[in-house]
Amino acid sequence: MTTPIYLSVALDGAGWHPAAWREPRARPAELFTARYWIDVIAEAERGLLDFVTIEDGFSLQSSRTDRVGGRLDAVLIAARAAPLTRHIGLMPTVVVTHTEPFHISKAIATLDYASNGRAGVRMRVSASPDEAAHFGRRVFPRLSLADRDDPARQQLLTGLFDEAADYVEVVRRLWDSWEDDAEIRDVASGRFIDRGKLHYIDFSGDYFSVKGTSITPRPPQGQPVVSALGHAAAAYRLIGTAADIGYVTPGDAGHAAQIVAEIRAASRAHDPIHIFGDLAVFLGPTPIAAAERKARLDELAGYVYTSDATVFTGTPAQLAGFLAEWQQAGLSGFRLRPGGIPGDLEAITRELVPELQRRGAFRTSYEAGTLRGLLGLSRPASRYAASEGN
Amino acid sequence: MTKQIHLAAHFPGVNNTTVWSDPRSGSHIEFSSFAHLARTAERAKFDFLFLAEGLRLREQNGQIYDLDVVGRPDTFTVLAALAAVTDRLGLAGTINSTFNEPYEVARQFASLDHLSGGRAAWNVVTSWDAFTGENFRRGGFLPQEARYERARTFLQTTWELFDSWHGDEIIADKASGVFLTRAKPGRFEHRDTHFDISGQFDVPRGPQGRPVIFQAGDSEEGREFAASSADAIFSRHGTLADGQAFYADVKGRLARYGRTPDQLLILPAATFVLGDSDADAAELAREVRRQQVSGQTAIAFLEQLWNRDLSGYDPDGPLPDVDPDPGENTIARGRASVRMYRDPLATAAQWRGKAEAEKLSIRELIIEVTSRQTFTGSPATVAGAINDLVQADASDGFILVPHITPGGLDEFASTVVPLLQERGVFRSDYEGSTLREHLGLVSQAPPKEAAWPLSR
Repeated sequence: MTTPIYLSVALDGAGWHPAAWREPRARPAELFTARYWIDVIAEAERGLLDFVTIEDGFSLQSSRTDRVGGRLDAVLIAARAAPLTRHIGLMPTVVVTHTEPFHISKAIATLDYASNGRAGVRMRVSASPDEAAHFGRRVFPRLSLADRDDPARQQLLTGLFDEAADYVEVVRRLWDSWEDDAEIRDVASGRFIDRGKLHYIDFSGDYFSVKGTSITPRPPQGQPVVSALGHAAAAYRLIGTAADIGYVTPGDAGHAAQIVAEIRAASRAHDPIHIFGDLAVFLGPTPIAAAERKARLDELAGYVYTSDATVFTGTPAQLAGFLAEWQQAGLSGFRLRPGGIPGDLEAITRELVPELQRRGAFRTSYEAGTLRGLLGLSRPASRYAASEGN
Repeated sequence: MTKQIHLAAHFPGVNNTTVWSDPRSGSHIEFSSFAHLARTAERAKFDFLFLAEGLRLREQNGQIYDLDVVGRPDTFTVLAALAAVTDRLGLAGTINSTFNEPYEVARQFASLDHLSGGRAAWNVVTSWDAFTGENFRRGGFLPQEARYERARTFLQTTWELFDSWHGDEIIADKASGVFLTRAKPGRFEHRDTHFDISGQFDVPRGPQGRPVIFQAGDSEEGREFAASSADAIFSRHGTLADGQAFYADVKGRLARYGRTPDQLLILPAATFVLGDSDADAAELAREVRRQQVSGQTAIAFLEQLWNRDLSGYDPDGPLPDVDPDPGENTIARGRASVRMYRDPLATAAQWRGKAEAEKLSIRELIIEVTSRQTFTGSPATVAGAINDLVQADASDGFILVPHITPGGLDEFASTVVPLLQERGVFRSDYEGSTLREHLGLVSQAPPKEAAWPLSR
């Protein structure tokens, strides 16, 4: 019996290749319309994918005139798509460094209501001095991104990831701050809620304090799914201790096994964590066609596209084999970054998925109504449910 | 000339206007309730739907207040989801300027405007209380006198961000490989005592340029803020004399800012009870008032004025003999209405006099002295009253607050609106696609320089 693979796609503009917007079927002029995003997410849902992530950030992707510049808020894109989809998980990216956990907690809880239990959130830290200047509340040094061993960079990132862990803790406590049955509507006593089932979260940490209670009742999933992308120890610690899903970028299957071991070592033993491999994918009907397409895009961009994630170029059948191999290393699923949309997205939903289904490695229909359900995660009780009073 | 009426729907709030004990009352959280009200409003060709906001649960006597509806979803997220189930309806929400940053709010409103095809509106409010600030990492409460300064500066800064893209940057020409007509779009720089920010804004200009701006404050500063900066006022003055005075006052301030009277709409909040006849409606309205003011609610209201624990008093008995505690109001927290009682001792004396003269119990008195329905009557009576107030310049229309969620607007939509349409004072169909068009406001061209009357 083949172990099923969890599969998601990471959506970013016209695709992850900087020249993807120039592909014949790309819709670059529609990137700022609801129609575009709904079509793309609906395509992912047709492929029975577990969820989509939506990239976001607080600065322009590029200052060049030959690249896509500008984007819409990812939480709001997800909300706009929620009433028009039925099964697929919606996982917007949120920058934790510059936002309020109170706002994000209720936004994701509300996305969970609007989607009937399909919300998640990908937490991102930002060390960018440019993004910090957009908020004016803190100043980050301009560090070389190339030098991963620079101690100043390490120190900054470690602090930001520690802060992110506190942020996730606050968001999660707020989701739990109303017990499930707190709304009683007891006409006889005149009480709308049982206030004994509402709880202050009283969080106080090194970076901030938040009192609670949330203004939004506990969302349908109880705890919407939290995910994060990581490339190094500080992020792995965050994934291991705070996330339900970690996205990682191994260079090969052996490296994948090492990363999985490192995250498992950092994690709380009792909580299941999915570790997904991130791959940038350029697919074609033949290996040569895929390579030629990638080469054509590189030529348009003026350089050979590489990524933090491994770049896969080949046929959907080859990709299916590749995923099976990496799965053996301990990854439970994958987040594929389509090089171009809709081309690579449709190759995933219409060719890769049937191939995986033939191998018995992927669902043939949606088997659960919530994102936690799709991911095999149970619905947790509120952490406050057993406690007495307020 | 006959004025055209503007109508909007207010999602029922977390106060005692909303009758949750009615068997027809549905969820205040589930998206289906919001979708129901929005679809009703759009079917009736309303200008917009409005969502209020609160960022800390109210407390009384040190406990979370449990007699009214408690809890609400996130404003932006609901509005974006509603854009999926409506086509023309404006989508308006309150967003606080104290517990947010301009860059984030601007990109959320610009995104909502794109995702709704130009239907976003923002009711700009400012909190100053430390009580709410405890929910935020920034803390960030303000001295009360600094709140309009903060709101003005915040709004001005978001305008600079909205206007940082001019609308002609994106050509996305595949053949030539030109996506942006110029490098570094969205450049901005804003430096004052509240905000010191610079860089590049990352959301292209939305269909409306800037979202429609609402203002809700009633103070002198609030009125001036509205006259200088808002497209519409969410007012409290729904009666003829009150409404006319407010209308004349605020519209009279516009010339100072180089604006014309049609550039600021006055839209009071209004409640209503409909019946087959005026007598039926009056009877229903009395019943609704009793549902809105239970015995416990009456005591709670009294405590808010008295600033004391009065839980030992019988709501069906006389008013307390003791006087209000004149100090800082410590009984009720997170509630704006307690500040309306500027002289608690005088108000208490007045209430006692009224209760004695009319032989009213605590509950009966509170039913009398707290706000009653703005419009009560048959559909014809209510349609006439609305039209009369608008034509008499007491308002430009109304923001209707149903007391039942989510079906409380259905009857109004199917009975009152057709009568207004027959009179030719309310649209039979949408003419434009953006909220600015519905409201008759000119679209915002990006100014060469920010036109800010109250310079920083």
